[in-house]
Amino acid sequence: MQRTDIEEKVKNFLLDELEVDEENIRDDARLYDDMGIDSLDLVEIVVIVDREFGFKINPEEMKNVSTLRQFCDYIEANTTK
Amino acid sequence: MGIWSCLGTDIDTVSRSLRDGKSGIGVRPERIGYGYRSALSGIVPEAVVTKQMVRDRHVRAGMPEEAQYAYMASAQALSQAGMDPAYMAENEVGCIFGNDSSAKPVIEAAKLMDEKHDSALLGYGTVFQAMNSTVTMNISTIFGLRGINFTVSAACASGSHSIGLAWMMIRDGLQDAVLCGGAQETNYYSVISFDALSAFSVRMDAPERASRPFDRDRDGLVPSGGAAALMLEDYDHAVARGATILAEISGYGFSSNGGGMSQPSDKGSLVAMSRALQMAGVGVDDVDYVNAHATSTPQGDACEARALGQLFGKSRALISSTKGMTGHEMWMAGASEVVYSILMMHGGFVAPNVNFENPDEYSAGLNIAREAVETRVDRVLSNSFGFGGTNAALVINKI
Repeated sequence: MQRTDIEEKVKNFLLDELEVDEENIRDDARLYDDMGIDSLDLVEIVVIVDREFGFKINPEEMKNVSTLRQFCDYIEANTTK
Repeated sequence: MGIWSCLGTDIDTVSRSLRDGKSGIGVRPERIGYGYRSALSGIVPEAVVTKQMVRDRHVRAGMPEEAQYAYMASAQALSQAGMDPAYMAENEVGCIFGNDSSAKPVIEAAKLMDEKHDSALLGYGTVFQAMNSTVTMNISTIFGLRGINFTVSAACASGSHSIGLAWMMIRDGLQDAVLCGGAQETNYYSVISFDALSAFSVRMDAPERASRPFDRDRDGLVPSGGAAALMLEDYDHAVARGATILAEISGYGFSSNGGGMSQPSDKGSLVAMSRALQMAGVGVDDVDYVNAHATSTPQGDACEARALGQLFGKSRALISSTKGMTGHEMWMAGASEVVYSILMMHGGFVAPNVNFENPDEYSAGLNIAREAVETRVDRVLSNSFGFGGTNAALVINKI
């Protein structure tokens, strides 16, 4: 999967399913502080990522993910194996 | 009060449907493919709860179908009652609803687990959706209700008992006001186990004629659903804040048959009805209309007809079961039928017992309204009887 595809899928579910404001979806935006994502959303993100990208997020590894760019990096690393 | 039903999704539309004898019953053909014997169902519009209605997406994620129906009905009731968020912040209002299942979220979660074998893939909404108390959980949270908070599960008498319990809370001075009602999911998972009993009519070629309470040729009930909500309030409290009072609940009677999971009992029904009248301090001749439970089942209607014959046989009360039009709204029915009765009181009519073409030996002697009757209705007795022998009756009157 191309990086641009990953970014588009992520943007779509942030907008549609997590109802993040479009203006807050930027590469350097922080998931928790800028996009308003909380621990319940993280439970849902595990489900969504499994559905969209076919792998299960490791919550331990997500602790190192702060920004949208880092999140897309994480997905990319787990989809190009 | 508020309503979301196959007769309409607002009070005025429902009132017109009742007067016109309009059926809300149709066919859901996909049920046959799923394995149902009968595809008949009340056709209830989807309740789409948007971000504008409920801001918090986490709350919306925990709302199954019946909670969505309950939201719509509750929003109407609270609006009519003049209770906005500012009111709720200052005043304690309780929440008691009837609901006795949440099949779809449970089944979908089970299917997912069978496939994935990993609970991390269920999502956080499932736990809130899957419990019977999902209705009151959601309604209390969304509307900021801070009083009594629980769901009543009593099969087809759930909606009625919820009103009775709310009434007791207020009568005993424990609450000034309680939002009460009933909600019933209508997805095809929810009533498959009833279909397994061959409880449903199979008159699929004529859906509007399938639900035939008290009629000789009835062949079973039609499942239906949605939600109804009523704001029950202490009289003096309502007057003091200038509320628009629609009606009064003046009696709540209950009983248990003490035997027979699915068999009704005329004795049990008689006890519940008599107690309700006794509690209201009235006799059978003070009742203008009986909204019967009668679901269009051969046995159930016969038992109720016998009980009604014994109690009302010599009285002037008109009798009808609105289930001819709505089908059996199950956990919602006890509450929705109080809403329908109040609409009749205000509209000055008794809704017809549609499809009552030929009586059987039990219903022959009853004063059943085959057509809508334009008449003053000041006092109503409403019955609801459920599996496991749970019986409830409510007396409602103009005030």
